[in-house]
Amino acid sequence: MTHNNPSQCNGVLCRMWQAFRRPSVKYSVGALLFIGFVAGIVFWGGFNTAMEMTNNEQFCISCHEMKDNVYQEYKNTIHYSNRTGVRATCPDCHVPKEWVHKVIRKIQATNELYHKVMGTIDTREKFLAHRLELAKHVWSVMKKTDSRECRNCHNFEYMDFAEQGRRAVAQHSKGLEEGKTCIDCHKGIAHHLPDMSEVDPTEVVGSH
Amino acid sequence: MIKKLSVALVLWSASGVVTQFATAADVESLRGQTAIEDESRPPEPKKYAKDGEPLPRDYVQQPPLIPHKITNYRIDANSNKCLSCHSWKNYREAGATKISQTHFQDRDENVLANISARRYFCTQCHVPQANARPLVENTFKPITAISGQ
Repeated sequence: MTHNNPSQCNGVLCRMWQAFRRPSVKYSVGALLFIGFVAGIVFWGGFNTAMEMTNNEQFCISCHEMKDNVYQEYKNTIHYSNRTGVRATCPDCHVPKEWVHKVIRKIQATNELYHKVMGTIDTREKFLAHRLELAKHVWSVMKKTDSRECRNCHNFEYMDFAEQGRRAVAQHSKGLEEGKTCIDCHKGIAHHLPDMSEVDPTEVVGSH
Repeated sequence: MIKKLSVALVLWSASGVVTQFATAADVESLRGQTAIEDESRPPEPKKYAKDGEPLPRDYVQQPPLIPHKITNYRIDANSNKCLSCHSWKNYREAGATKISQTHFQDRDENVLANISARRYFCTQCHVPQANARPLVENTFKPITAISGQ
């Protein structure tokens, strides 16, 4: 146990560790607690602020992969522009609202940073080549979470079927009965679809 | 004599020019009577009905009309939104009209296993309807076999 003996401790880290372990002789417990409390608020607030900064549309489209591909498609959809002006931006659908799920998703995003560095989808052609795989990831996550992010705004329980069109009423009642989730039917509502011949060959020309 | 004739000719052609001007003033361009330096008022966009019963046909071989809104229904090489309800695989579940059997033939009348490329772009023939007044008067009436009257 070298760090218990001051005479054998020469390294900077070792001395810092010793200072850290030694009880305070100068400051009261109250003062230390207070400083710790304030510092806690500052660091926690700072951490969440930094996380929120990575959680807005401008941050998402600051990389060209997003801006030139999916963002352009999203601009023509109802989630971008509509009669009431209520919008759902990238993180509203792609980042969970609850803290634990949000942090897990943020940690997963480091994989996306890796692919950004590797240039996995840095051209339109590469993006299109990976499109089906990328879409499948989102679909499977949505399926697993019962379309949790959709339901932050769209909730079966508060849907007024009387206000919906004939087709919507029929489909939604059936979906509710069969325990379906939003993404089962609503694929490609905010972005263009990949080649769907794998999912439903009768929707695509040339497939069987 | 020649002088008289040429005067008459000049007068005649001048009167022609005058009448041409007169008719030009009656003609309305697509911008209406708006002066060239002013901005014209664009017509209000027509609203499509959300949903409805199938619309009756007006003539033999008329492609059936689309009785619902199709905003943002994409048709491209990757997928066709119409077919997610109207294909033979999906129409029963969706409660939709199935596409015609004729759509499975190519131009050489070879029968295909899936929709033919020349029939893939639904909106080339099938269109949704808005409640719009006809641009010109039209006295067309469907034949009895179709209208039943």
